[in-house]
Amino acid sequence: MNLSANVQNAYLVVTVNEDRIDAAGAIQFKERMREVAQTPSDRVLLDLSQVAFLDSSGLGAVVGVMKLLGPDRKLDLFGLTPTVAKVFRLTRMDTVFTIHSTMPGGLRQAS
Amino acid sequence: MYFTIESSPIEVRHGLACLLACSAMRDLDECARGTAEIVLAEVLNNIVEHAYSEQKGSISIALCDLGAGVEVVVTDQGRAFPQEQLPQGKLPPIDTTADLPEGGFGWYLIRTLVKDLTYRRLQSTNHLSFVLPGAVTAADLF
Repeated sequence: MNLSANVQNAYLVVTVNEDRIDAAGAIQFKERMREVAQTPSDRVLLDLSQVAFLDSSGLGAVVGVMKLLGPDRKLDLFGLTPTVAKVFRLTRMDTVFTIHSTMPGGLRQAS
Repeated sequence: MYFTIESSPIEVRHGLACLLACSAMRDLDECARGTAEIVLAEVLNNIVEHAYSEQKGSISIALCDLGAGVEVVVTDQGRAFPQEQLPQGKLPPIDTTADLPEGGFGWYLIRTLVKDLTYRRLQSTNHLSFVLPGAVTAADLF
């Protein structure tokens, strides 16, 4: 599970360099997120713009990451592709996360 | 059109790529293709995780282009569903002040996105059939 991360302003920006977060990769995604999130920041922005597909295991892993960050460190999402957005919308998880359609001001993808 | 895969998450990933590329799926538009991948992933992963949780086995998938959609029949020789009935597939409650669900979405997604869902247990085999819509459905509009 290839993730890039760097701190920009108040955010730790984490870019997922994979085309899917599925049942075969959900545990690795959560474990890698646990590692990269050790870098301190006020908030975390997860850049999903390269992720074309996410299943319910992948969705569960994103929710799991939100929980492991704790109540004081918000997880925002950016760059949901159409099928990923559909999974969030159908499960109402789009009401739980702040989802940005463009990068929040001044931020760029992590590389 | 007929495919067989072994029951592992990585086989499901590879199998989905084959299924989505096959000629029966050719007429689905981009949106319907996304829906098809979500449904097939949930159905196949569910079989890997539950029907074949205690032993490995194979999963067969037959696809038939109906013009207005794709009929899918999935069979496996794993465990039957409890009471030989499909889960109700209710959306887990989402309460941001309580513990958010990390699972339990699969059957909700399947039931929301397919038509003509049936399940039968015959001769130690699970038979699941449904139709993937060929174009925009109500679930895509809300």
